[in-house]
Amino acid sequence: MTYLFETDEHQALRRQAARFAATEIAPHAHAWEEAGEFPRQLYRRAAEAGLLGLGYPHQLGGGGGDLTHVLVAAEEMVTAGHSVGTVAGLGSHGIALPPILQLGTREQKERFVPPVLRGERIAALAVTEPGCGSDVASLTTRAVRDGDSYVVTGSKTFITSGCRADLLTVAVRTGGPGHGGISLLVIEGGTPGLHVSRRLDKTGWWASDTAELSFDGCRVPAANLLGGEGMGFAALMMNFVTERILLAGQCVAIATLAHREAVAYAQQRQAFGRPLCGFQVIRHKLADMASRLAAARALVGEVAVRHIRGEQPVALAAMAKNTATDMCSFVCDQAVQIHGGYGYMRQCLVERLFRDARLYPIGGGTREIMNEIIAKLEGY
Amino acid sequence: MKILVTVKRVPDPEQKIKLKDDRIDLSAANWQLNQFDEYAVEAALRLTEDARNPATRLGEVTVVSLGPAEVQQQLRAALAMGADKAVRVDSRDEDLDADIVARTVEKLVRRDSPDLVLMGKLAADNEGNEVGQRLAGYLGWPQATFASIIEVVEGGKALLVGREVDAGVEMKKVRLPAVVTVDLRIVAPQAIKNGRTPPDHAYPEGPRYASLKGIMAAKKKPIEELTLAQLAIQPTLRVRTVSVRLPPPRKAGIKVSSVQELVDKLHNEAKVI
Repeated sequence: MTYLFETDEHQALRRQAARFAATEIAPHAHAWEEAGEFPRQLYRRAAEAGLLGLGYPHQLGGGGGDLTHVLVAAEEMVTAGHSVGTVAGLGSHGIALPPILQLGTREQKERFVPPVLRGERIAALAVTEPGCGSDVASLTTRAVRDGDSYVVTGSKTFITSGCRADLLTVAVRTGGPGHGGISLLVIEGGTPGLHVSRRLDKTGWWASDTAELSFDGCRVPAANLLGGEGMGFAALMMNFVTERILLAGQCVAIATLAHREAVAYAQQRQAFGRPLCGFQVIRHKLADMASRLAAARALVGEVAVRHIRGEQPVALAAMAKNTATDMCSFVCDQAVQIHGGYGYMRQCLVERLFRDARLYPIGGGTREIMNEIIAKLEGY
Repeated sequence: MKILVTVKRVPDPEQKIKLKDDRIDLSAANWQLNQFDEYAVEAALRLTEDARNPATRLGEVTVVSLGPAEVQQQLRAALAMGADKAVRVDSRDEDLDADIVARTVEKLVRRDSPDLVLMGKLAADNEGNEVGQRLAGYLGWPQATFASIIEVVEGGKALLVGREVDAGVEMKKVRLPAVVTVDLRIVAPQAIKNGRTPPDHAYPEGPRYASLKGIMAAKKKPIEELTLAQLAIQPTLRVRTVSVRLPPPRKAGIKVSSVQELVDKLHNEAKVI
């Protein structure tokens, strides 16, 4: 099934993304996931194929298109590439660049954005800290102005692509407590005082590296401040809507793949003299999976369309994320169940998808925070 | 250089074949551009651009297909890669054979006078490998089949074509206009030298990906629609499909315990040695 909003051009884009993922990712998917990393060169390849720049303006080296194009291409990358971790790592600029586009000066955009979209530099977003996650307004990494630079001290954690990022969009505190004191600084990899303190081991998303970073008197040019001091929080919040829609889209993609694998296995695996599909209990499981998948896809498609129409569907994006993450966890769990013992084995794709799925009710705003947003906006 | 590229839609070769009434059932086929034709499109684009500045066209590439309205999708895919325009000759797959296709393309070539006709060496559906040769015969043009290297020489008046043959690569010079059919290595990074792109330029392996910009631009590129009658083609089939049968399913293999037993079975049972 595809999204209701899709045109012939979305279909054509799907075919390109699928060919790229089937050629460049799928043959290595398992190996890269086990190795915990994919080759850096893949960024360049994805850029050449026009996939890294989707959703970014042509003037900055982007490929044009809107959120709906990013959504369908990302889906094919997962369903044809079979490595969620790789797609997550390849896409880390998707959260790092938007604040630059939003707050950056022309000079900053031209300096930071094109090399990332050409696949030459890796970009990451650093907001979460060891002592603060959902509660962004309480972050403690400090940036103190000293002449022409800021001196940054503190630490960040759970940073996707953080281990090898060349460019980090970092949320820092330049002012007093609360969200008004938060600013965004672009910090380049290799800046003295910036250290990758740990490479984190995770439940899923193995092919994408996740870092804990420390800033120890790290001196950053003041020219790298995005917008003015205190403008960081609002910019982050605005981009969370897009991020949530894309994460919900990833859930739809992962569940599509898990469901497809489960159907294929149920048709081929024999038990008690017939294929698993010959049992009503299995057919109904697959039907339940397909139904929830269709419902989540419909909602994600709707919120994406509202978003590109210029609405600010903050609550609906939160609802879509929760709907999609719940659906994805359910579908992947059932896919493992249908695969039986094989589904519990590391070489089995659904086993990996099951682990990948666990991230989504946590990352990009937890399930509970989504409900807080919904409750607040609904005015309960 | 003006290039005409023929493209055909074929059912996804990975899909399982189903038969119905002694025919291949294509009702659920997943149609795609024949891979060798996609290579021909890529080759044509590499011949007509300066890789340092691919937006500037040094020639014109027209893609041609015979087929029903749905074949537009494959034509648009070639346009999205960068071809300039397209022609669709309306027809049903079952009303065509290699000869009708060759005669139809001949008419278009005589009408449009391209410098070069580039084709895939064969289509993945019936692996006919006939149309290029027939077309060159009808036109009386030189031909070079199974090209894995193309170099523009003599100031654009001829091509040096490397053909993969059993013993290696045969180099052939053909004067233009000519018909060239391409093999898979034509999309290797340095398989094509057009005299404008620096000779040391390396393309990414394989046919290019259509960017979203290319996909959007393809929407606005012209597709000319013609009928066989407009081209005065007598649609008389020279090849008739009598019936199609699947090969017998392969029997399960066995394990032998010694070389002696293997030789014995090959000699006495399989009778191959």
